[in-house]
Amino acid sequence: MYETNYTRAKDAADAAKKSKAADDAAYLSGGMTLLPTMKQRLAAPSDLIDLTHIKGMNAITVSRKQVTIGATATHAEVATNAKLMKVCPSLSSLAAHIGDPHVRNRGTIGGSIANNDPAADYPSAMIALDATIVTNKRKLKAEKFFVGLFETALKEDEFVKEISFTAPKSGAYAKFPNPASRYAMAGVFVAHHGGTKAKPEIRVGITGASQDGVYRAKDMEKALAANFAPEALDGCTVDEGNMLSDIHGSAAYRANLVKVMAKRAVAAAG
Amino acid sequence: MAKVEMTVNGRSVAADVEDRTLLVEFLREGRNLTGTHVGCDTSQCGACVVHVDGKAVKSCTMLAAQASGSEVTTIEGLAGNGALHPMQEAFRDNHGLQCGFCTPGMIMSAVDMVNRLGPKLDEATIRSELEGNICRCTGYHNIVKSIAAGAKTMGKGMKKAAE
Ligand SMILES: Cc1cc2nc3c(=O)[nH]c(=O)nc-3n(C[C@H](O)[C@H](O)[C@H](O)COP(=O)(O)OP(=O)(O)OC[C@H]3O[C@@H](n4cnc5c(N)ncnc54)[C@H](O)[C@@H]3O)c2cc1C
Ligand code: FES
Ligand code: FES
Repeated sequence: MYETNYTRAKDAADAAKKSKAADDAAYLSGGMTLLPTMKQRLAAPSDLIDLTHIKGMNAITVSRKQVTIGATATHAEVATNAKLMKVCPSLSSLAAHIGDPHVRNRGTIGGSIANNDPAADYPSAMIALDATIVTNKRKLKAEKFFVGLFETALKEDEFVKEISFTAPKSGAYAKFPNPASRYAMAGVFVAHHGGTKAKPEIRVGITGASQDGVYRAKDMEKALAANFAPEALDGCTVDEGNMLSDIHGSAAYRANLVKVMAKRAVAAAG
Repeated sequence: MAKVEMTVNGRSVAADVEDRTLLVEFLREGRNLTGTHVGCDTSQCGACVVHVDGKAVKSCTMLAAQASGSEVTTIEGLAGNGALHPMQEAFRDNHGLQCGFCTPGMIMSAVDMVNRLGPKLDEATIRSELEGNICRCTGYHNIVKSIAAGAKTMGKGMKKAAE
């Protein structure tokens, strides 16, 4: 790891100020991605600004169906929050299956979505839950936030403060983990938001598989709005041309896996 | 340079370290606590697991400066008054180790597991909870057996303490 300076931000304004003042700052949350990247010398920020000591920024609040999760809430905190588990068990379960217990004790939801790893779990949930990403500067919808592989709409000095969403009527996340890394080879989050009988609102977010990172599967949403059942997806095709292809799985394999996981998610959502 | 102050195994320590110093480096090189091992240095193997404020973390993926102000427990901090911790005892009794390289991380993870989930741990739970700990020798069988046994003894201890 190259030399770096470590500081703790006292509050949101202090974080932005410290980031502006530094040559080439990076925000630090759980460090579960950033520190390994720095060790490999793929990143060399001059300054690390630790967000995890900002009071209250890890708070999880649930009021009826309205959920707000602070950016520095760890995966373990999200997984075990009793109120969240009641209104949105699909997200609790997603968090409980990220990496391993030690990673979950440090890694945060803010760090995960800011990093936008194409194999990360949370981005698919943010899309399917139609979450709002709240930064220190603005609010934007998840679909606008995730731009591409490891790319988000975050500008310089901007950071994620919290995310919020309305809990769906039902939902589920189905993930096929890479057996070694536990990252998703394909992960599908399906959320049924109710709507009307004539026009049910379904959202589907897919991670792990596409070359462009997380994406919304509108064709699947349409099929599921007509019939919310696994077999409704039989007629959907997943374009191999857009799938990642690597030693772990070919594009064709991933395209098939997306459909299998989508069906499992629908079955689990019930 | 960063000034770090923390409690390590019940003792307060303070030192000036480079900001990039990893917690594991601080423990091993700064404090001579070489029980915490580095197996991979890439956040995969769990040989470096210690407890920070009661939570299991990979000390190769945390800066010493991030742990400043915290309470850190390493494998050296488990045994008290010359007696092994029940989880250490269980690993010895059940042949839960061969070369022993992964063992400190396994035991720290096992104790964390019991703290979080209670002393009644079934095999499937233990195996899935060991996701972040790799052993190159044992084939895990006896590690799982050790953790189940250690958890049971810890449970008895908890009950006694409650009485
Ligand atoms: C062994 C292992 C297994 C893993 N398995 C999985 C898995 O199965 N699924 C999965 O989804 N993830 C997995 N991860 C990744 C893990 O979830 C990380 O915690 C997460 O991707 C990053 O979160 P962090 O808080 O650690 O962020 P950091 O590492 O601190 O930061 C990551 C990036 O985001 C930036 N950043 C951090 N916080 C903010 C913020 N609030 N606003 C703006 N930018 C910010 C940083 O500058 C950095 O660029 C795994 C990691 C490891 C080490
Ligand atoms: S040395 Fe830390 S996880 Fe392997
Ligand atoms: S006993 Fe040798 S690595 Fe586990």
